[in-house]
Amino acid sequence: MSNHLTNLTLRVWRQKGPNDSGHFEDHAIEQISDEASFLEMLDILNERLIAQGKEAVVFDHDCREGICGTCSLMINGQAHGNQRGTATCQLHMRKFKSGDTIVIEPWRASAFPIIKDLMVDRSAFDRIIESGGFITAPTGGAPDANLIPIPKPVADSAMDSAECIGCGACVAACPNGAANLFTAAKVSHLNRLPQGQAERYKRVEAMVETMDEYFGSCTNHGECEAACPKEISIDVIALMNKDYRKAKLKNRKDLSRT
Amino acid sequence: MSVNIIDQMVAQGVPFAREYGGLLDNRSFGGAQVSRTFYARGQTGQQLLLGAYQQFSRQVGLGGIRLFNRCELVDVVVVDGRASGIVVRDLMTGEIQSHAAHAVVLATGGYGNVFFLSTNAMACNVTAAWRAHRRGALFANPCYTQIHPTCIPQSDEFQSKLTLMSESLRNDGRVWVPKNADEVRAAHDIPEADRDYYLERLYPSFGNLAPRDISSRAAKRAVDKGLGVGPLKNGVYLDFSDAINRLGRDVVEERYGNLFEMYERIAGENPYDVPMRIYPATHYTMGGLWVDYELQTNIPGLYAAGEANFSDHGANRLGASALMQGLADGYFVLPYTIGNELAPMLNKPIPGTDHPEFKRAEQEARDRYNGYLNVNGTRSPDWFHRELGKIIWDYCGMERTEQGLEKALSELPALYEEFKKDLRVTGDGNSLNQTLEKAGRVDDFFQLGMLMCRDALDRNESCGGHFRSEYQTDEGEAQRDDDNYCHVSAWQWGGDAMSPKLNVEPLEFKEVHLATRSYK
Repeated sequence: MSNHLTNLTLRVWRQKGPNDSGHFEDHAIEQISDEASFLEMLDILNERLIAQGKEAVVFDHDCREGICGTCSLMINGQAHGNQRGTATCQLHMRKFKSGDTIVIEPWRASAFPIIKDLMVDRSAFDRIIESGGFITAPTGGAPDANLIPIPKPVADSAMDSAECIGCGACVAACPNGAANLFTAAKVSHLNRLPQGQAERYKRVEAMVETMDEYFGSCTNHGECEAACPKEISIDVIALMNKDYRKAKLKNRKDLSRT
Repeated sequence: MSVNIIDQMVAQGVPFAREYGGLLDNRSFGGAQVSRTFYARGQTGQQLLLGAYQQFSRQVGLGGIRLFNRCELVDVVVVDGRASGIVVRDLMTGEIQSHAAHAVVLATGGYGNVFFLSTNAMACNVTAAWRAHRRGALFANPCYTQIHPTCIPQSDEFQSKLTLMSESLRNDGRVWVPKNADEVRAAHDIPEADRDYYLERLYPSFGNLAPRDISSRAAKRAVDKGLGVGPLKNGVYLDFSDAINRLGRDVVEERYGNLFEMYERIAGENPYDVPMRIYPATHYTMGGLWVDYELQTNIPGLYAAGEANFSDHGANRLGASALMQGLADGYFVLPYTIGNELAPMLNKPIPGTDHPEFKRAEQEARDRYNGYLNVNGTRSPDWFHRELGKIIWDYCGMERTEQGLEKALSELPALYEEFKKDLRVTGDGNSLNQTLEKAGRVDDFFQLGMLMCRDALDRNESCGGHFRSEYQTDEGEAQRDDDNYCHVSAWQWGGDAMSPKLNVEPLEFKEVHLATRSYK
């Protein structure tokens, strides 16, 4: 049965554009149903702002089912809020209490410049994928999918990594602004599969080095794993590091042969 | 084709589920009586999307594709009867820009968000397809919309979207409602004798896996009879207790664990202990831009792929086949057909973006968006969208009647007039403005909504996703009229939203004969 929360204060980050310095703005929410999702609360706030003739708060969102990776938001200093394994769009107001002050900020990372208000540009992630986050398999002429049997545990562990939605919470949560969990999830998804073996070492080298161009370094804080809405294990980073180390030797050897 | 798709996607690294022997695993899906659907946990579509995105990114890295992120198509430019390019609005700066080309492919999805509440992502809209329609492309069968049976029921007025629970849940979940409308006991305390497993009762051979339209209507009827469950009595139970007893909690958790977690996050109830509550919601639109077998619209050089076109599904769509269509169109149809159109144009010049048609389309786009900013009314685009959605859902949703559709066709133009006079868009047109983007999309949804109702009113039969209450069998099943309606209704823009012109394309069945599938 739905109950109501009362007297919430939203402290929302407003920033006109990438070059604006930005500031917090307080809004009172007198009453809201605990059935509302966090983003629906922002919808209600925006409806009210428009009614007052003010500009709506800009924020990224799309599927609202926790699978597209578009929504973001630091909520009270935590990426996607305090509910484990949950993206902002699936966070509901029943996780808050009447009288709470809720601080809402965009992802804070130098690799993710702020576009406006709560929206950031995450295209640095695309650069990492473009550099090697794929298996080269041009369309047409693919072999029968059952030709290479894939042991169930291997398929399952690749799937665990493939669940990454690329939202960037790992980067936002990391004190160094590192993207190791994201990159490692993508690397380990492909590097664990038999199909991914041919490009295994080239892939990891290219992706890690592209990552280093944009993002900070990993110092094993583990904040990324805690913030990940898909609960991707930090173990994938160890796998990436191991493959990267091997790649630095192996790729050099392979190159010297040609 | 579907075999090629699976092979292709596996080669690209999509982690489809495997059996212990290492071969691909299958499971059953709505409308199928055998296990024949490949899957990747409860997120097959998402994984296929990511696989395609990776291949796409590879091409971006190689320089073969240039991406324009955060740009929205606002018009299609037709010069001398050929699609010659597009006009887009850069969402970051509000700038209107043109791109000239030999061919244009629209892969812009369906129009389910016309209902406001749907399982579609929030940014899904009809604008690209609609703007092409206004430039002369035919819009076919807009009334064929699919309502998905397994969504989480609406909890309140401010709800922004409905969440789909994967249909795979119906493999092991049993759908039921209490037999008595005044039932007040908790689900657990209702004895078997007082439960109605209505899908198993009505459709013994398909049972809980009856196709989407049938399951959805059955749920609506139960709720309309007052048998609904939950605080708002707007859902039916999807109960896993038998599956948990039979297979054990571990197996159920492995199959559906992530879906159960998702349900608990949204509904605040644990489906291992309490049955899920589900209710139908708009999920897919079978209608769309008319295309030929080469996926070309009636405008030469303009193609539509995936949900944006009307092909493949007919009046209804079975589980997993939208993924099939999207991938087939993109990977295996367009690459082979588009060349037929392009080959004769080798070395021939095309109109550039300085052509007067481009300039005219650009100016119209600028005027259009400035227009929204200058109304200075009192209601937000979302308010209008919600009201529009209510009308469409009530009169052009799961069950339609002549009277209801006529009512919708009188209410919609009135609301649309109000939209033009009373819209309020705050902010400006020269920077990122989500309210302004929304205004443009709602405008197009209004016009599409009128066409949907017109099409539904014109089709005096029940067929797949289109159910007209007047046309049903004694048992409440859809009754087709093959003598009069065995055709595609392809609508042509007639200058304004209320005067479309109908083109009829007869359906010819040569190899496979027209029949009615029974799910009893």
